[in-house]
Amino acid sequence: MLHNKSFVKKTKSGKVMKQVREHYLRDDIYCGASICKKCDSSVARLGASTSPILVLDTNVVLTQIGLLENSAIDDVVMLSVVLDEVKNKNLSVYNRVRALCSNPLRRFFVFSNEHHKDTYIKDMSGESKNDRNDRAIRVAAQWYQNHLGGATRVLLITNDRENRRKAIEEGIGAETIESYVKSLGQTHLLDLLVQSANEDANMEDVEDLRPSKRKVLYSEHKPMSEITSGLHRGIYHQGKLRVNRYNPFEAYVGSESIGDEIIIYGRTNMNRAFDGDVVAVELLSRDQWHEEKSLTIADDEDDEEEDVHLVPGSADDAPRAASVLQGSSGDSSSSSPRPAGRVIGIIKRNWHSYCGSLDPMPMPAGSGGIAYALFVSKDRRIPKIRIQTRQLENLLDKRIIVAVDSWDRLSRYPSGHYVRSIGEIGDRDTESEVVLIENDINSRPFSSQVMTCLPPLPWSVSPVDIANPIRQDLRHLNVFSVDPPGCKDIDDALHCTALSNGNFEVGVHIADVTNFVHPGTALDDEAAQRGTSVYLVERRIDMLPKPLTEDICSLRADVERLAFSVIWEMTPEADIVSTSYTKSIIKSSAALSYVEAQARMDDSRLMDPITRDLRNMNALAKKMRLRRIERGALTLASAEVKFQIDTETHDPLDIGMYQIREANQMVEEFMLAANVSVAEKILKHFPLCSLLRRHPTPTKEMLEPLIRTAVAVGLDLDVSSSKALADSLDRALGDDPYFNKLIRILATRCMTQAVYFYSGDLSPPEYQHYGLAARLYTHFTSPIRRYADVIVHRLLAASLGIFKLPTLFLDRPKLTTIADNLNYRHRNAQMAGRASVELHTLIYFKKRPTDTEARIVKIRSNGFIVFVPKFGIEGPVYLTGKSEKQSGEWFVDEQEQKIKKLDGSITYNILQAVRIHMEVVEPQPNRPKLQLTLL
Amino acid sequence: MEFVTPEGLRQDGRRPRELREMRAEIGAVSKANGSAVFEMGNTKVLAAVYGPREVQNKSQQMSNQALVRCEYTMANFSTGDRMRKPKGDRRSTEISLVIRQTMEECILTHLMPRSQIDIFVQVLQADGGTRSACINAATLALADAGIPMRDIVTSCSAGYLNSNALLDLNYVEDSAGGPDVTVGFLPKLDKVTLLQMDAKLPIDVFEDVMELAIEGCKAIATYIRNVMLEHTKQLEYHRDG
Ligand SMILES: [Zn+2]
Repeated sequence: MLHNKSFVKKTKSGKVMKQVREHYLRDDIYCGASICKKCDSSVARLGASTSPILVLDTNVVLTQIGLLENSAIDDVVMLSVVLDEVKNKNLSVYNRVRALCSNPLRRFFVFSNEHHKDTYIKDMSGESKNDRNDRAIRVAAQWYQNHLGGATRVLLITNDRENRRKAIEEGIGAETIESYVKSLGQTHLLDLLVQSANEDANMEDVEDLRPSKRKVLYSEHKPMSEITSGLHRGIYHQGKLRVNRYNPFEAYVGSESIGDEIIIYGRTNMNRAFDGDVVAVELLSRDQWHEEKSLTIADDEDDEEEDVHLVPGSADDAPRAASVLQGSSGDSSSSSPRPAGRVIGIIKRNWHSYCGSLDPMPMPAGSGGIAYALFVSKDRRIPKIRIQTRQLENLLDKRIIVAVDSWDRLSRYPSGHYVRSIGEIGDRDTESEVVLIENDINSRPFSSQVMTCLPPLPWSVSPVDIANPIRQDLRHLNVFSVDPPGCKDIDDALHCTALSNGNFEVGVHIADVTNFVHPGTALDDEAAQRGTSVYLVERRIDMLPKPLTEDICSLRADVERLAFSVIWEMTPEADIVSTSYTKSIIKSSAALSYVEAQARMDDSRLMDPITRDLRNMNALAKKMRLRRIERGALTLASAEVKFQIDTETHDPLDIGMYQIREANQMVEEFMLAANVSVAEKILKHFPLCSLLRRHPTPTKEMLEPLIRTAVAVGLDLDVSSSKALADSLDRALGDDPYFNKLIRILATRCMTQAVYFYSGDLSPPEYQHYGLAARLYTHFTSPIRRYADVIVHRLLAASLGIFKLPTLFLDRPKLTTIADNLNYRHRNAQMAGRASVELHTLIYFKKRPTDTEARIVKIRSNGFIVFVPKFGIEGPVYLTGKSEKQSGEWFVDEQEQKIKKLDGSITYNILQAVRIHMEVVEPQPNRPKLQLTLL
Repeated sequence: MEFVTPEGLRQDGRRPRELREMRAEIGAVSKANGSAVFEMGNTKVLAAVYGPREVQNKSQQMSNQALVRCEYTMANFSTGDRMRKPKGDRRSTEISLVIRQTMEECILTHLMPRSQIDIFVQVLQADGGTRSACINAATLALADAGIPMRDIVTSCSAGYLNSNALLDLNYVEDSAGGPDVTVGFLPKLDKVTLLQMDAKLPIDVFEDVMELAIEGCKAIATYIRNVMLEHTKQLEYHRDG
């Protein structure tokens, strides 16, 4: 059956053209109900249960997707007309609906009403698109009703009053989503309902316990047309709002139009914008740029206390430098004020669901079981969110997920609704899941499509691999690996052979992951999406499926494995004479741990080949390292923490700093060298599409806190170049043996992190890796756990002419997106790792209150921040109670970086050692936190 | 773009392996020795055949076989876009050549030495697959003109979008930029005489797509045979009556 649809379409040049499209109507589209006798039931999805079959309209799907995802809602018919509308309006909701429709555990059936001969409707003249589609939905609902002939009830779910009226007139059962959910009698489902705007008025009652609060709190958002013209005229500036992780009342908007960051002080100026929203900003007048600072913390009552946290690994983890010393009278720094502004409109919302818990509150009396509560996100950048719940008692001690629905001008907080609960607060599994959700980490098992891409097990090197001319047979070499103890995903191995001319042949052999992960496969797509493996204290979330990471690709001892090798000839002075790259077959003779390797080198009685090679390599590595440091590479100190975990309970048994041995440094040195050699090779062949890694030179502003501290302790730091900084760090020696390490730790947190980029996006001087003092750098050595290395392996293979580069590499914008995703995933993996360590630190100290030594690293108006070297954490120590913040008898000397008692009896200096007591306290039920107090 | 829904329907409601509706009419141009209109969905092509007749340009005459000439044009109104296309543009020249070679392959030219056969094809409406429609129309027109052929030749295209092999692409699908294969096929001899492809395809996918296009050719052949049979019956009926 054929029907020609004609419509007019505007062409690019503005002409209006009539278009005729064929539209086939079919008689082989089935209803999907398993009870139906007329249709092919092999495709049936809708159950035989007594519950009605639901036909949803577009708005219900768009607004209530969270509810639909709850398994209590089933037997749903998704009409193709609805799917098309949802797709046009919100792609992410569309993807979620599609996931429901393809989920075999759910009973969602897609009915292609637009191609069914009995449910297709022609447009009527004078009818709007919306009305036409509403009619199509009613026609389809009616068809189901007639087709199933009363065997099951059919319900049209729509919140559109007019549509519902017409449906009932036409004899179709119709209800609003609210009344349908109420009829199910499951109260927890009601929490999932997204509140429509008119019901929002009731929600105001939460705050209205305090009178006179119903006033306009925020200024109106400008309409889009005004924003567009304002942007055009240069009076507004567009950018993505980023909220300061450590001070949620301060945000930044990177603006291309003024080439600088605009600072937004306070929630009023942020004007209901969320972190990640694309906003339009208006600059404040110049005289307001400074003053605003005093508002920073005094915004309102929900000023949160700083928590004990891990020592920052870089500037990205650390609080911004700006104005830590509020309330101090010292004159502010000489730097010119940065532009400040306020948000006047939101161009694109970044709302999603957030993980957190409810603000503890008493059970309200006599409100019919409905309570209004404030949700506090784990992510401090997110404001509190008001929700309505019928299960308050049940939720108070849970980690829950909440989605934002709206934020009007009258409400201090945005309104949202409960999505689901994860588990009890403080429970290790719950909190670990929170860490994963918060950092957008996919920890689901790999799909069957991904698993089918794997070679069958048991896998071994085949004669075909050995005969392959692109592969060198290096099985005769004495190859071994050195890793942390218990490492199962071994992606690198080494060899070192003394040559007859006195030189050494040194090889770095990396797992040949791209031999198994091919572009365009489900496996490759999944790995690209995940971007990196994630290491939590008690578990690892792999980028690639286990058979690859722990077996096929892992360069284990005594098995033949495929590798990608970088081989140098080096003089005894560690100068590189020549470099070659080849795919290879190796057979590792030993998988050593760092400790074992170190012990072998240290044991002078041992003379076996592995130990001999280790010593040679170590000698070379030391020279390479020295040369690197001479070039200006920074040897920064980080405080990595190691837990010993109880295998049974998974609770931490012991905690301590990660010890770095010579053997670690040796392996690291050769990995760095391999990465540099590969970077040079790929860039030579692919100047525009090589994936590299850069570390930007820190700006003077970023180093400001380091310099201030240095001046206070009488240290002269030269930060003019990485070389100068490295030298002055070397000279930074005090009477205190720990002083140098402390200064290095402070320097580390001033640097930003290194990032991935494609060579075509930047100019060669920007390629530099500041921390390593390398002109070029990339990641090649860990393809099992980093996707960047997978890309680099493909580039290297292509530069050797043994692999054809996929056409993707010609697509510049696509490449930039890939690099952005890698940076995002890398960053999230690190944050998750840190959060996991923080979580286990808390669990550890719960049973073990401890006294220990700490160092003062930052002076505050009411105390100071200390660093606890033994456990790698830092946190606030208060000298005065929280309430008497400004009025204490303590006085801060900003110049000298010290805090003194007014009568001069006690003084605390920056970097001074103090003894503290660490203990887990619960200021509010179910909200444990680690507290540091002065002894 | 989603060209095939997870429910397995294409944008116009067909399933991946379905042809569009076909329509054929023999004898539309009375002056010609043979003519036919052939439609595949909204693509509509008119073919007219003159000959065998005397060779106009004696220098081109061949003593052992007939000279086959082909002219392809596109009606200015065919795409709805009022762009004037010059007659001898590169695309037309190329399609003319393709059609001529394909038809020459199945005409028993050696039976008609020193003669000339002219095939005119004009696209009246274009909605993807014009090349195939031209060949199918030309086959019918040649048969109508009574030109001896070793077999009828039919043509169909198939493409590959959203990981699905799709038969008989319409304009929207054709413009998606995916690979597409046009096949000319002699059904009785089970022989492919034309194969055009305009993008790279992995070999296993190519085999699928090609096989699908051949299936399409076979279905079209069945349809064309029926049309010819019907037409012959009608002629007999008129003569007898
Ligand atoms: Zn049915």
